[in-house]
Amino acid sequence: MSLIKSSLARKFVMALSGLFLVIFLLLHVTINLASVFSPDFFNEASHFMGYNPLVQFLMQPILIIGVIVHFVMGFVLEIQNKKARGIGYVKYKGSANAPWVSRNMIYSGLVILAFLALHFYDFWVHEMAYKYVEANPEDPTRYYTETVEKFAPFWRTILYVVSFVLLGLHLWHGFASSFQSMGINNKYTPNIKRCAKTFAVVVPLAFAFIAIYHHLNPITH
Amino acid sequence: MKLYLKIWRQKDASSPGKIVDYTLDGVEGDMSFLEMLDILNEELVSKGEEPVEFDHDCREGICGTCSLQINGEPHGPDRLVTTCQLHMRKFNDGDTIVIEPFRAKAFPVIKDLIVDRSAFERIQQAGGYISVNTSGNTVDANCIPINKHAADEAMDAATCIGCGACVAACKNASAMLFTSAKVSQFALLPQGRVEAVERVQNMVRQMDLEGFGNCTNTGACEVECPKGISLTNIARMNREYLSASIKG
Amino acid sequence: MGILDSKIPAGPLADKWTKHKNDINLVNPANKRNIDIIVVGTGLAGGAAAATLAELGYNVKTFCYQDSPRRAHSIAAQGGINAAKNYQGDGDSNYRLFYDTIKGGDYRSREANVYRLAEVSGNIIDQCVAQGVPFAREYGGMLDNRSFGGVLVSRTFYAKGQTGQQLLLGAYAAMNRQINRGKIQSYTRHEMMDLVLVDGKARGIIARDLVSGEIERHSAHAVVLATGGYGNVFFLSTNAMGSNVMAAWRAHRKGAFFANPCFTQIHPTCIPVSGDHQSKLTLMSESLRNDGRIWVPKKMEDAVAIREGKLKPTQIAEEDRDYYLERRYPAFGNLVPRDVASRAAKERCDAGFGVNKTGEAVYLDFASAIKRYGKEKALTSGIKNPDEATIIKLGEEVIEAKYGNLFQMYEKIVDQNPYKTPMMIYPAVHYTMGGLWVDYNLQTTIPGCYCAGEANFSDHGANRLGASALMQGLADGYFVLPYTIGDYLSSDIRTGKIPTDSKEFEEAEKQVRDRMEKLMSGTGIHSVDYYHKKLGKIMWNKCGMARNAQGLEEAVKEIADLRKDFWENVKVTGTMDSKNQELEKAGRVADFLELGELFAKDALHRNESCGGHFREEYQTEEGEALRDDKNFKYVAAWEYAGEPKDAKLHKEDLVYENIELKTRSYK
Repeated sequence: MSLIKSSLARKFVMALSGLFLVIFLLLHVTINLASVFSPDFFNEASHFMGYNPLVQFLMQPILIIGVIVHFVMGFVLEIQNKKARGIGYVKYKGSANAPWVSRNMIYSGLVILAFLALHFYDFWVHEMAYKYVEANPEDPTRYYTETVEKFAPFWRTILYVVSFVLLGLHLWHGFASSFQSMGINNKYTPNIKRCAKTFAVVVPLAFAFIAIYHHLNPITH
Repeated sequence: MKLYLKIWRQKDASSPGKIVDYTLDGVEGDMSFLEMLDILNEELVSKGEEPVEFDHDCREGICGTCSLQINGEPHGPDRLVTTCQLHMRKFNDGDTIVIEPFRAKAFPVIKDLIVDRSAFERIQQAGGYISVNTSGNTVDANCIPINKHAADEAMDAATCIGCGACVAACKNASAMLFTSAKVSQFALLPQGRVEAVERVQNMVRQMDLEGFGNCTNTGACEVECPKGISLTNIARMNREYLSASIKG
Repeated sequence: MGILDSKIPAGPLADKWTKHKNDINLVNPANKRNIDIIVVGTGLAGGAAAATLAELGYNVKTFCYQDSPRRAHSIAAQGGINAAKNYQGDGDSNYRLFYDTIKGGDYRSREANVYRLAEVSGNIIDQCVAQGVPFAREYGGMLDNRSFGGVLVSRTFYAKGQTGQQLLLGAYAAMNRQINRGKIQSYTRHEMMDLVLVDGKARGIIARDLVSGEIERHSAHAVVLATGGYGNVFFLSTNAMGSNVMAAWRAHRKGAFFANPCFTQIHPTCIPVSGDHQSKLTLMSESLRNDGRIWVPKKMEDAVAIREGKLKPTQIAEEDRDYYLERRYPAFGNLVPRDVASRAAKERCDAGFGVNKTGEAVYLDFASAIKRYGKEKALTSGIKNPDEATIIKLGEEVIEAKYGNLFQMYEKIVDQNPYKTPMMIYPAVHYTMGGLWVDYNLQTTIPGCYCAGEANFSDHGANRLGASALMQGLADGYFVLPYTIGDYLSSDIRTGKIPTDSKEFEEAEKQVRDRMEKLMSGTGIHSVDYYHKKLGKIMWNKCGMARNAQGLEEAVKEIADLRKDFWENVKVTGTMDSKNQELEKAGRVADFLELGELFAKDALHRNESCGGHFREEYQTEEGEALRDDKNFKYVAAWEYAGEPKDAKLHKEDLVYENIELKTRSYK
């Protein structure tokens, strides 16, 4: 219990849950990219993810817990951190000693949270309703169409793209920083940082590309 | 040069404070920042006003007494210096300079620009030492060969002057750089390994109790540290802490 | 034996300390728990003493005016700490360290004390390493050494240019361990205002909580003063702004004799004064003289051109430079003792060869060291026939590794790059060898009042060698005082707690209050600093590097007048019952104004030149100091008798049984 109360352990939890979400993102972006290059494979993979009991009843809850832990811990730490200052500065020049992204993780995080709500509404709620409320039969070919149609409205595409930019910023600091929180800072660190920052650029870029691609290439019936 | 100063004035810990404006003429580039404040105080005393109180002692950048948040940065805009080593040549004629105390809940203001940093004392007392008695009856100093690289790294960590700039700079008012510097110094030396598990746990526990914020790896502390203490120390403490937690 | 009994144990020099430890009374561990000790000052001596006393089982209260014991000015010592370890195998020994220290002190210190210092020096290094002090090491993992002035061996241990800091943090860590155990109560931001005597014994102090302004009484069975030196009597010195003589002076007024107040060390390598606004001077470690060469121009016209900014030092040809230390003292060269180096710099500047605007600076040049190291480094890196630029680059890297932090400090203050242009340096007040008189047990003339470190007078005679202050502070604190104090306390095991409601405490507190009220009641317009600066000018001009009878007589009078003016006219703002830095300064300056007068009186009475005390009337034709062993081979211990000028002189004759007195020569 004392471990959970410790600031270092909490940071460790943040880092670990963050890294877990990074792995999830990698999986997610890989499957999504298929929607651009191979609609069939995309359908297949999506169907597997949607109906495999291991994914549905083990992986999905773990993922949801991971997301919740990451967010809740983030809020808890943020509140503590705000309190730790007490009286604020009249003049505080944060830009002099730390990059904007590292100082504003809570805001990039909040945008991502808001995006998640939209994203859940768009796909997860829809999926749940389809499967359990309306109790439709399995249809392994519907995913591609559903996805592409989602990006038909301009506003949604823009919201998604903006969110991906924020995701990139969040990852830019968060991914590399998680190693530091877990105590990894050695001669490999410059390379780790390079990889993490490349990831922070490439993955959100890929997501954004997918969204824009589908927006620009609607399915014509 | 002529300067416009905005200085935090606060009578004592229980009174509210506010920013007060002063204009100071005749400042020279060769003056240190504190010598500039000396002149202001000399003027205030001659007018019968109470001078601005600020912490300072050695005035050569080693005792860690001086503090001050200057234009939003601890120890001012220069790097690798304490406020007493900051010289007025870093400012220009007509500049406005905002001077505030280091801010943290764990560093309550005592008066004007003076804060109470005894939280740092208590962190050190919780375990910032090697439990060897001081009789001198130990082995000969050269019986413990220490790798030069490790000794140098320990020295780099040990140069922390305990000024609190890391806390003041950190957006979370975290004391990780300070605490980790001491943990690191001992973790790197064979003499310090004996108590490493208890030390890191006790010091971190005390650090948390004092109400400092959490580290979010922004790196502001490292940039503002007048002694250039590295973030690798924080990573080392994280590592030490995790392994100590697992070991018991 | 008279009043001054130094209590030096009988027997051969090398056995005295061991024998003494065997002979003195001890307090058993159970009784130590019933005995309280106050330690004022938490630098190397005070911090080390507090830690060891608590370790032994006494109840210790420590007091420091800083916000943490770790900030005591010992922290600013840069270069290193001596110890006769002979790790370098260059012929070092306890005897040689003892001999060098006595000779360096110009034969004005006690043989027995100094030998003991040399004897325990090795233990200090062992102790500090065990505590985790990160001393510099060689690649093999063994401890590294460097050389300091006035000696021919390499015996100085160091931690970059921050040795004092690391040693103090070691003592502070030892203190913290005892604070955590509840054996030390640490009072920070507290200043000792007076010593309390009960039945002629030191039984406590009156202290002021500098935050609340509250006056507090603290009792103990013994009081240890480890409050450092009084160099700030000169206003400008390398001491911290808060360094003061208050504790020692209050004890002096209560009966502790003050010894050799005029023995002051002027350190040769400090950054020169830049203007009237200057609040303090910054030292550049003596270790720089290992590699730096000191010079001024040979030709007067060059010196003038440099002062006017028409010529740069790098433009002066090698043959037009006067490496005056190498010229005058070929055997020791740039590594002559501090007093000799300082006077030589003053001599050149007085002759008109000074190199900065004020004419009070000489060069400390690293160009040849950079080249030497660069060539060596090129060879070891396998670079054949390196060009000039490569050599300089490599050489600068070596210099940076050795002195990087000092060079950085210089650049920040002076705004010049010392790798490219020679440093400018000038002597400044650095250390005071004088202090409260103590016997072999470090007890002052007040029973139960002990004094350790720079605050006492004991080990350095008329001049201290580099890297010896840290050695003495830690020796006193860790290894001497905690044992000798037991001899005195052994008679106190049945005394019980000392009450603080006695009339003695009452009276002492009232005196403190009255004095503060008097300070606050001044109606003039001048600030405390105004008086402090004036005092500093008198001291520097008339009691500085060179003194003469006429100047000293004037100084005695001028200081007395200034003191009178101060008490009538000083303006202290704020109130007594709150944080008030002006009031803190006022109390300190008031005591400096008394000490300064005694200082001048002591310098005036000592009709000889020795160590840091140079009387212009007593010098050889070549300008070297002329000591008078026939008439002045004694410690001058002054007893307080009202006004400083009325102080009564007591002499402790210095007996040299193991060393032959010689004229100090570094030629």
